[in-house]
Amino acid sequence: MSILIYAESAEGKFKKVAFELASYAKKVAQTLGTTVTAVTVNVADTSALAQYGVDKVLKVSNDKLAKFNARAYADVIKHAAEKESAKLILVSSTTDSLYLAPLVAVSLNAGYASNVVALPESTAPFLVKRNAFSNKAFTITEISTDVKVLAIAKNSFGIIESASSPAEEDFTPTLNDADFDIKVENVEKVTGKVTIADAEIVVSAGRGLKGPENWGMIEDLAAALGAATACSKPVSDLGWRPHSEHVGQTGKPVAANLYIAVGISGAIQHIAGINSSKVKVVINTDPEAPFFKVADYGVVGDAFDIVPKLTEKIKEFKAQNS
Amino acid sequence: MKILVCISHVPDTTSKINFANGDSEFDTNGVQFVINPNDEFGLTRAIWFKEKQGANVTVVNVGGPETEATLRKALAIGADEAIRINAVPTDGFFVATQLAEVIKNGGYDLVIAGKESLDYNGGMVPGMIAALIGGNFVNSCINVEVDGNNAKVTREIDGGKETLSTTLPLIIGGQKGLVEEKDLRIPNMRGIMTARTKALTLLEPVAATHNTKTVKFEKPAPKSAVKLISADNLDELVNLLHTEAKVI
Ligand SMILES: Cc1cc2nc3c(=O)[nH]c(=O)nc-3n(C[C@H](O)[C@H](O)[C@H](O)COP(=O)(O)OP(=O)(O)OC[C@H]3O[C@@H](n4cnc5c(N)ncnc54)[C@H](O)[C@@H]3O)c2cc1C
Repeated sequence: MSILIYAESAEGKFKKVAFELASYAKKVAQTLGTTVTAVTVNVADTSALAQYGVDKVLKVSNDKLAKFNARAYADVIKHAAEKESAKLILVSSTTDSLYLAPLVAVSLNAGYASNVVALPESTAPFLVKRNAFSNKAFTITEISTDVKVLAIAKNSFGIIESASSPAEEDFTPTLNDADFDIKVENVEKVTGKVTIADAEIVVSAGRGLKGPENWGMIEDLAAALGAATACSKPVSDLGWRPHSEHVGQTGKPVAANLYIAVGISGAIQHIAGINSSKVKVVINTDPEAPFFKVADYGVVGDAFDIVPKLTEKIKEFKAQNS
Repeated sequence: MKILVCISHVPDTTSKINFANGDSEFDTNGVQFVINPNDEFGLTRAIWFKEKQGANVTVVNVGGPETEATLRKALAIGADEAIRINAVPTDGFFVATQLAEVIKNGGYDLVIAGKESLDYNGGMVPGMIAALIGGNFVNSCINVEVDGNNAKVTREIDGGKETLSTTLPLIIGGQKGLVEEKDLRIPNMRGIMTARTKALTLLEPVAATHNTKTVKFEKPAPKSAVKLISADNLDELVNLLHTEAKVI
């Protein structure tokens, strides 16, 4: 059962999730005694994949694919899978990969499981553990088709180095004109700031901050940590922060290594969005705030006092450890 | 314009999630079911089209008789008619196959599904429908405008948003942003009364495979208690984050 991964990139560089995906694939390949092939789109230098155990790289270079296009990219992956006779196709859980994965699955008559959080529990039958019920539970899902597509949840496996010397091959899949029936008119990206989707650390604040004028200290803490900023739903509803920062069940999911929640009560809908973050720190005046029940570390106290101090401590720590 | 809104019937967000029969089944005891929040945004957008540009709005659900209350609620909010496909929705591909059949026979211009349903969080039904019928498809959709046969669609991307242009028929996987939360409708008395007179068509499922199956449910392991750190000792917090949690 050979394994194909779609190694996602942006502006010609692999995203970090691509390395996590390769690490996961390598581990499954070792269990099954098979190899890992990566398919890449418009990445000139693919050598970075050699650090994570990839055995072969199919390089697609095509100007028509300069902008992400779910149907065309799904076609690329489908053709790569057929060429490699891949039985297992892995993608990351970025917005783009979650867009194309169901298209790939249908075109290959493959069963598809998203939000996969661990290595397969068994490969015959093929059983994977996935997040469900907004991270309040897991399901063990059996995929019964010959070909399988999995989307691996971010930060659920980690990056494991394993050197290899992949063979590189240029690959030119045939694309359909119909693939380009949807045209990108405009892209607006937040630049120069760590975004929630890419962040390893997220500093988030809630209504406890009293008003938008107090967010300076949250931004300072985030800057000291190289973190993204986020907020609870009422904060974005009140217009204190942009909607793109709202995390939770109806907002964005956060699967960071460290989530710092300042003045957020910890309502179930908020927790649903951050549950898959590894380490949670809570700063809240109310020792009864529900957030303390799910946190790893907590400080009971006033954010206006604690956050600036913590920022100083982090800066000192960084100065000593860099 | 003919719009189809796919409605998933899911546990209310505050529901406690429990399992029965040796963790092989979802325990519906005491669980309140609602229209999947992502679908509710889509339904409201569909009603907006109906009021602003003229549209006929059909809602559809794949589910047992217990989901009819959810469909009636969608009718009370303003949908014109409802379809229930009489089958237990055990797998996303099975559901997508049923919906694709309805779409093929219904001649819809716009199909709105939620980008994921908040029970199994599969995130696969809208894309699979699109692949099955070969339609134009935009996922994580936060705005859609239609002018004649042309559509302008905005989707969320990691770290921003992207605007796309395409033509009908179109399938979207929608989410918050399609309408503002304050614009979500709640059924009023008149809506509830008229919903009773609207058609709810029952269809039997077409044959389809189940590619995946949930064999077991698990709950996360109980968490160890939070470590409280004194506000006067933030050095300790930094130290623990570095040496114990290894996150900085
Ligand atoms: C269908 C539905 C979906 C929802 N989806 C989401 C979602 O996706 N995301 C989300 O966040 N919410 C969501 N909610 C809302 C959720 O239920 C809560 O209302 C919300 O998370 C509360 O936000 P908050 O903690 O910022 O505010 P509050 O509940 O007002 O809590 C503020 C906290 O700040 C603390 N505090 C006050 N002053 C200070 C201080 N000086 N220093 C430190 N701490 C202080 C207080 O003790 C309190 O714990 C949803 C609700 C519904 C019904």
